[in-house]
Amino acid sequence: MANWPNKNGRFGQFGGMYVPETLMPAIHELDQAYRKIKSDKQFQQEFKTCLKDFVGRPTPLYFAERLTKTLGGAKIYLKREDLCHTGAHKINNTVGQALLTRRMKKKRVIAETGAGQHGVAVATVAAMFGLEAEIYMGTEDMERQALNVFRMRLLGSKVTGVNAGSRTLKDAISEAMRDWTTNVGTTHYLLGSVLGAHPYPMMIRDFQAVIGKEARKQILTQAGRLPHCLVACVGGGSNSMGLFYPFIKDTKVKMVGVEAGGHGIESGEHAARFSGGRPGVLHGTMTYLLQDQDGQVNPTHSVSAGLDYPAVGPEHSFYHDSGRIHYTSVTDKEALEAFDLLSQEEGIIPALESSHAVAEVVKLAPTMKKNQILLMNLSGRGDKDVQQIARMRGIPL
Amino acid sequence: MTNRIQQTFESLKGKGEKALIPYIMAGDPSLEVTESLVLALAEGGADLIELGVPFSDPIADGPVIQQAAERALQSGTTLQRIFSTVRSLRTKTQVPLIFMAYYNTILAMGLEQFCTTAVSAGVDGLIVPDLPPEESDALYQAMRGAGGPVIIFLLAPTSTSQRRIEVIKRTHGFIYYVSLTGITGAQLTDLTQVKKNVQAIQKKSKKPVAVGFGISTPEQAHNVAQFADGVIIGSALVRTIAEQHQDPTFLSNIKNLTDNFKSALR
Repeated sequence: MANWPNKNGRFGQFGGMYVPETLMPAIHELDQAYRKIKSDKQFQQEFKTCLKDFVGRPTPLYFAERLTKTLGGAKIYLKREDLCHTGAHKINNTVGQALLTRRMKKKRVIAETGAGQHGVAVATVAAMFGLEAEIYMGTEDMERQALNVFRMRLLGSKVTGVNAGSRTLKDAISEAMRDWTTNVGTTHYLLGSVLGAHPYPMMIRDFQAVIGKEARKQILTQAGRLPHCLVACVGGGSNSMGLFYPFIKDTKVKMVGVEAGGHGIESGEHAARFSGGRPGVLHGTMTYLLQDQDGQVNPTHSVSAGLDYPAVGPEHSFYHDSGRIHYTSVTDKEALEAFDLLSQEEGIIPALESSHAVAEVVKLAPTMKKNQILLMNLSGRGDKDVQQIARMRGIPL
Repeated sequence: MTNRIQQTFESLKGKGEKALIPYIMAGDPSLEVTESLVLALAEGGADLIELGVPFSDPIADGPVIQQAAERALQSGTTLQRIFSTVRSLRTKTQVPLIFMAYYNTILAMGLEQFCTTAVSAGVDGLIVPDLPPEESDALYQAMRGAGGPVIIFLLAPTSTSQRRIEVIKRTHGFIYYVSLTGITGAQLTDLTQVKKNVQAIQKKSKKPVAVGFGISTPEQAHNVAQFADGVIIGSALVRTIAEQHQDPTFLSNIKNLTDNFKSALR
């Protein structure tokens, strides 16, 4: 069951390698390089050491006692990816790909970023491994996440604004793909989510699976049994796939992926691919995509830059159609209320992306029994969002 | 499958000429202008014409063609309306027409419906920049079922010799050789390498090889035509259209420009 993708990079009908000919040899090279390191003990040891000493893993699994009491239902456990170095789960993948870049003897990495968390994680590993880094970011996102732009520059990376299209994550990925097409001989595209052409969705899932592997062990130790349900937010889908994947064969464990409902599904201003999308091809992969009847990609909206993307990782599309993972969405408003709730109940300021998962926990926990366990991935911390929240509330800082 | 593309290359070979293949974005600035432009290009000496189908996220294109796609979408261009333009053109010209379309625009219509509509409208060939041979089986089946349009595959400087063989086997009409490692509208600097790669393809295949990306002047076209069977002019033409489409002499300017390029290929 969990042996996807097949050798052609497919998860059922989803996935694949829809990229220009210029990139195809690089895609095959990456696939081969990744298959090699996957079974290379020395590489896996290096990766493990880096995650421990540089990222700070394992991250704790925290029993949110006050939140559990307040909601009055299931026991809530938070996987604390917000405590990773740089403040989000994104660094797990960037460490893995930076090690791989070194193996492939490439000296330059490029990346896209939405909320800036992946960009910061790339800038961080680039500094640590001595790689040159250029990060593409939509100019609208640069405004929303000015602090992260400054952090990337402090770390020595070049941040290039993208003014095309909707000026968000989607356009940053297109521009990064254009850079890669031009500089493919010297450059590795360090993609940040389980998106894009094969082998990216598989490779990034594998690097992020450390989240679920740890969480599974931790809950068995701390609670003596598996959780009833897992919850995580889904933008491209790397934190959720990282948590879910090691539990896929535990058929009794339910899984809920939370998409960005923006101003509400009925408003049309959202990023909920499983509520308004249908299969299509964008950025190298076949997957659920928000598009009009002519196949033009629709603009999306979310208060959270990291969830503001019209497509979703192809493996999510596969598990959506198979029914293994259930997908739902919460609105901007619900996410913002959850942001306040977790801050004030638990002393943890969540990222706006992760606040979407919190909002779903707020809905789910009271419907569950007190002896049931709800395990949520707290994928990132909210420090980066504090300025935006203040601005939205009209509070000058 | 013989069609207008193959016939055109054969007849040019007989005359000792090379093919001029201009690219324009359908619907930029409007489909009415596109129709007049196709006729002007054909009169000016274009041998085959590529019509870009606008897409919101054209990853293989540089800024000139990205902006043309945005203008085309703003003017309300859809695949259905482009097919209507082609039907209308087919009462006036038999110049081979090739669509350059990103895969999602074709998928949205449905592969079979796309191919049957293309054949009945009079579209001869199809280039899909984000569809490598590995992913082309479904479209290939639909194309076989409908009897067209033929699929033209691309080769790039990065293509391995194994990929060359695969593309040569699958492509119909001609091989589209991407002259540089990059996106449309970039500067072509190293002709020696292009020549070497085109000749390596020609050693393995009798199918015509047309070179595109980065060719912006008649002089460059002339140099490329010394070894290639055709030359594709994209961004340079699209930029001219964007700058001049409101001039009263616009169509005759385009005709003259086409003639200048074609003269360089005779």
